[in-house]
Amino acid sequence: MNGEPLLESASVGGRLALSAGGLWTAERAGELERLIERVIARHPRIGGVDIDMARVQRLDTFGAWLLERLLRAIAAAGGEVRVTGLAEPYRALVARAGEVNGAAPASPRRMMLAASLEVVGRTVMQVGRDIGAAVAMIGALAAALGRAAAHPTSFRLTSMVNQIDRVGWRAVPIVLLITFLIGAILAQQGLFHFRQFGAQIYVVDMVGILVLREVGVLMVAVMVAGRSGSAYTAELGSMKMREEIDALRTMGFDPVDVLVLPRVLALVVALPCLTFLGAMAALYGGGLMCWAYGGMSPDVYIARMRDAVSLGDFAIGLVKAPFMGLIIGVIAGTQGLAVTGSTESLGRKTTDSVVKSIFLVILVDGVLAMFFAAVGV
Amino acid sequence: MSAAANNIDGLGDGAVIRVRDLVVAFGGKAVLDRLSLDVRRGEILGFVGASGAGKSVLMRTIIGLVPKRAGLIEVDGVDLGAASAGARRRIERRWGILFQQGALFSSLTVRQNVQFPIREYLRVSKRLLDEIALAKLEMVGLAPDVADKYPAQLSGGMTKRVALARALALDPDIVFLDEPTSGLDPIGAGEFDDLIRTLQRTLGLTVFMVTHDLDSLHTVCDRIAVLAEGRVIAAGPIAAMLACEHPWVQSYFHGKRSRVDGARAA
Repeated sequence: MNGEPLLESASVGGRLALSAGGLWTAERAGELERLIERVIARHPRIGGVDIDMARVQRLDTFGAWLLERLLRAIAAAGGEVRVTGLAEPYRALVARAGEVNGAAPASPRRMMLAASLEVVGRTVMQVGRDIGAAVAMIGALAAALGRAAAHPTSFRLTSMVNQIDRVGWRAVPIVLLITFLIGAILAQQGLFHFRQFGAQIYVVDMVGILVLREVGVLMVAVMVAGRSGSAYTAELGSMKMREEIDALRTMGFDPVDVLVLPRVLALVVALPCLTFLGAMAALYGGGLMCWAYGGMSPDVYIARMRDAVSLGDFAIGLVKAPFMGLIIGVIAGTQGLAVTGSTESLGRKTTDSVVKSIFLVILVDGVLAMFFAAVGV
Repeated sequence: MSAAANNIDGLGDGAVIRVRDLVVAFGGKAVLDRLSLDVRRGEILGFVGASGAGKSVLMRTIIGLVPKRAGLIEVDGVDLGAASAGARRRIERRWGILFQQGALFSSLTVRQNVQFPIREYLRVSKRLLDEIALAKLEMVGLAPDVADKYPAQLSGGMTKRVALARALALDPDIVFLDEPTSGLDPIGAGEFDDLIRTLQRTLGLTVFMVTHDLDSLHTVCDRIAVLAEGRVIAAGPIAAMLACEHPWVQSYFHGKRSRVDGARAA
């Protein structure tokens, strides 16, 4: 093969004569390394070595380093080397290669067990830090709210209205669509199974109570966490990466005042509105399904709904909504401000933000459901 | 002199990169208008021009990140516009690029950043991969303990050096540097210039350097090309620049910040 790197060895008068040739370049580094290792392995005890580099066509850093590796191996075995015939343009490079890698490079290696224990430990520490950060964020928000109450003019109303537009108004179509479908699916499943024992009418009770108390607010919160919580984290995170947050601080602004509070308040305002709209859409979807699939007239559906659900069911759903908004906002803000320099951390924190807020939303919903059941509402 | 854009000194044989009548436009606005330029083998070409004049655009057009409207770009006699994907890949293998902000992969360590192109293009042993990466880092003046840091942990100067080590990973023939000394203090910038000079000599590189640094232009550049009005209005060694009568070139090289008039007294 043309340009193949060569390293021929011969014994001349008690010395080992190596004759190098071909391309000593990056493309051939793999072959060249094997050649050199073979020479080193074949001659463990070398007295004197002459290396003739005259036939080398090209040499780059890879070739220079591999030559240097050979020289060091010979020197380590107690041999003595003469390099001849090195073309003028390559001398500086070979000399430079002689100066590098003084210490043998070692990739850090760790024991498997220790590494896995370390991961567990780090995760536990991280959970602790996350809880601390979320609590600190709630405190910072309360302080910011206090400052805004003391100096109402300093509150960023424009920003908050803009955020309500983003996370509330613009989310209306998708929230309506999804909750409509969820209501219809609930009704369809109920009709299908309740029909077997002639209890179709109770589908209305099920849809009404489930939608108003639980499903409406949960679906909306999960959607908002995915749609707006992630956007908040990514926004705040990239502002952190580009030092915009630091710039704000140096100008005497608290980023929580300027960036986080309007966003969290926007979520607190938007979520009840979206929950209300979502619940209505779900009830409409359920009614439509009862009419089309269950043969129940709209009058019957509405009359039954009036008997089945109380104002309390409706209120419980709505009361939970602002807390869901608060959770999503706090988690999104905390994760966003926790982003460090790398793009990877931005991605990770955005994922964390969505996962954690959905988890917390469901957890809090479950706890509240038990609470309301216990107090008998 | 701008009337004969094709005959300004510097166009001729022995060019590694030949650009002829290159037109690059965004929307209706031509950024580069029939630009011609040669980069000769083994030289350091400094490329200057006002901010927004299109210096980076030219560099990005040559390396294929920005599409051209018309014109010819040849690297080593290969017309990049007409080259097959394979031929293009072979050419791309032979150049290294230092982006202005470093463009290090932030999820990889310094060592992995330098190893990345080697790992993708060459089949070499893990041991050689490690040795070469550390050797490259050492050649750009970094201590071995930097190797396991992440880009976010590096200072500006270190980032540039790592980016240079990555650009040199595959032992390219041509190196494109986009404002290599921007954001460095004068001492750091001077050291970086020396480094580029040393590496260029040891490795026999051809360097295409977009820069604003008058010191770099004076100390390391063999030739300088000036971009204005979408084309190269002057090219030649620093002496020719100082003698050039174009008003922009005059004010650039003879302005308050130039060392010619300002620092002569010192």
